[in-house]
Amino acid sequence: MNDSPNNEQLLKDLLKRVEALERQAPKDQLTLGVMSGDLERTMTAFIIALAATTFDMEVDMVFTLRATAALRDPKKIKKDLLDLEPSAIKFDLKKHGAMSLEELIQLAGEAGVRITICNISMDLMDIDREELIDYPNLTFAGAAALIDMCSQSKQCWFM
Amino acid sequence: MTESELRALKIGKLIDARGTACPGPMLEAKRALGECPVGGVMEVQSSDNGTIVDIQRWCRKMGHDYLGDVENDGFWSVYLLRKV
Repeated sequence: MNDSPNNEQLLKDLLKRVEALERQAPKDQLTLGVMSGDLERTMTAFIIALAATTFDMEVDMVFTLRATAALRDPKKIKKDLLDLEPSAIKFDLKKHGAMSLEELIQLAGEAGVRITICNISMDLMDIDREELIDYPNLTFAGAAALIDMCSQSKQCWFM
Repeated sequence: MTESELRALKIGKLIDARGTACPGPMLEAKRALGECPVGGVMEVQSSDNGTIVDIQRWCRKMGHDYLGDVENDGFWSVYLLRKV
């Protein structure tokens, strides 16, 4: 290949395209949209999030609508609004060594799982920020943030 | 590896994750891997049979060698070779 101006331009264009591709390429990242508000699905979401962290994946969990109720601290709840739907099945978590939702949330925080709460859900569900759990990585955002997380993630689940 | 070969392995790090359910054993394995020297064998003891396939797939993705598993009285020992 000689160093004609054409080749130089070609190289520049290619570099630009590679950079754009790299910027847009999904990473080894998992985004979980959590909206159901039932205990089984919420616990499952945290179990999957934690499993992903063992693969060194970055994990974002986005909570919307009823699911947001799971992130309230029972000690801080001011208003007695709708709660997580109790499971239809009676699980004996202790007997099988399974973790409670509280324990799963604690571990997720330690493992660096990020939680984003849909801001409008807080209003719709009438939840105050002071009622939420203490969580190391908690932010508020809208639907566009979820779209951006999904576009950066190789895996996106909604549950 | 045969069962007797697995049982004869020199263990670099032993994790007793018995009595914890999914994803407990995986979290404990991940946490303890750093305490196992590269080139050493880690044994994960789990009473959750799902741990066997979880560790197999985890090894494939993370670049470790899955050596095998043996059944004990009420739990399984899963062996892997830390490569990286």
